[in-house]
Amino acid sequence: MHPAPSVIIFTTFSGLGFGLLIWLGLGYPSVTGWSAFAFFAIAYIMAVGGLMASTFHLGRPERAMKAFTQWRSSWLSREGICAVLALIVMALYGAGLVFFSQQWTLLGWTGALFSLLTVFTTSMIYTQLKSIPRWNQTILTPANFISLSLAGGALLAGQVTAASFLLLIAGLIQMATWLVGDTRFEQAGTDMASATQLGNIGQVRAFEPPHTGTNYLLREFVHVVGRKHAQKLRVISIILMAALPVILLLMPFSHFLALIAVVAHIAGVLVARWLFFAQAEHVVGLYYGQR
Amino acid sequence: MTILPESTDKKLGLVIDLDTCVGCHACVISCKGWNTENYGAPLSDQDAYGANPSGTFLNRVHSYEVQPAEGEAQLIHFPKSCLHCEDAPCVTVCPTGASYKRVEDGIVLVNESDCIGCGLCAWACPYGAREMDQEENVMKKCTLCVDRIYNENLPEVDRVPSCVRTCPAGARHFGDLGDPDSEVSQLVAERGGVDLMPEQGTKPVNKYLPPRPKDALPEFDVLAPFLEPVIAEPKGFLGWLDKALEKI
Repeated sequence: MHPAPSVIIFTTFSGLGFGLLIWLGLGYPSVTGWSAFAFFAIAYIMAVGGLMASTFHLGRPERAMKAFTQWRSSWLSREGICAVLALIVMALYGAGLVFFSQQWTLLGWTGALFSLLTVFTTSMIYTQLKSIPRWNQTILTPANFISLSLAGGALLAGQVTAASFLLLIAGLIQMATWLVGDTRFEQAGTDMASATQLGNIGQVRAFEPPHTGTNYLLREFVHVVGRKHAQKLRVISIILMAALPVILLLMPFSHFLALIAVVAHIAGVLVARWLFFAQAEHVVGLYYGQR
Repeated sequence: MTILPESTDKKLGLVIDLDTCVGCHACVISCKGWNTENYGAPLSDQDAYGANPSGTFLNRVHSYEVQPAEGEAQLIHFPKSCLHCEDAPCVTVCPTGASYKRVEDGIVLVNESDCIGCGLCAWACPYGAREMDQEENVMKKCTLCVDRIYNENLPEVDRVPSCVRTCPAGARHFGDLGDPDSEVSQLVAERGGVDLMPEQGTKPVNKYLPPRPKDALPEFDVLAPFLEPVIAEPKGFLGWLDKALEKI
């Protein structure tokens, strides 16, 4: 899949932003006034910024409102609705903390739930696609998104102990997602023989593509350039995303080290999300003799 | 609405004969010609006369070489367009309701004025049947020439998809695959028509007729070994030349 910057930025930052909103909604840290304002500002910049980035991916962003209508079948529609509900509820909850020093617990919990659902529905947009076997992992793909969101959120919320544990768990789930993902295409059983149904005659080879030039399908789905350094990037990603932040968190706390931990984590997640798209192989590539 | 219908009254679709297709691409051209000036946004081209031409097509013809365990390789031309699946994954993922499957005839269509160009339906389609038009930024796909097949302004012979009407080899057939007595259903039954990527669970309506087995090469006569062998050793001048060259 083509690793478009808009979707990489969207999944990374909205994941982090909603992760922070989950923690804030649950009352960790329990802050009011200006410090609450600072936490909520960071969460909203990330969550809303990520959502804005995702609209750059649209061909017709002016019609984006229509995307709230098909919640009965579409995970993308459900995600949009959950995101808006989470942002509205958390804005009310945040207003209580910032302006009235009131912690409306029920509102916070509701906002946290919708924030969690937003991350889950984002992950399901990818998980549901049988045409991309690497993403089509019922448990690991959502677990990957949710664990990274919770861990990143804990890190941003300054929950040192929780963040350390969650970063380790998220790192392990990330590795499992990669390793199981590597086997998914073969498991799916889609190959050139099933795509063309010519396998019972003999070995199928793509002889000539439909056109001499490239096309939308090849640009969007058959991105082979980025896979070259995949293994190295995985190591870099895990170190930045989980290992380095955990080591920094175990050291005596300082705001400077915490900042480095946050920056490293974000960089690691960005690399992982780049790989998430670059390494995903769409079955349509088989019609072109590629993966 | 992007919920798929429980069932459709008809299952209109194509039957493509891989034995007959000669790979002339006439269906590709006639599809592009008809659909660029009728239903919905035109099918744009980018850099059409430049170094890197690229464009939107609803139908593309691939060519495959198939090498049997024994014997000669076969070249098979393979037209591919939307299969109008019964369980169309492209429809259910659509967030706006722009993609839908018609209850009356099973055709999968895009309402372009509702399309936000998110591209998720193209991601969901395993066959590469949907292409985002780079000019209009909306999703384009085969409409089964919905503006021809019911069009009473056209002569009856033209009320079939453009690709079917054009095919000079008779490799493309159009009809109701939901009716077991229809000509296309009979053809599928007779020739063992197949689904592409059945493991993807999309239940395509369009069917492909596999190439018929090739004739085997003629066997040599059983008496051949008893025939006088053809002289392998050259005689006369050529014989002298052969020996002379051997010695050098």
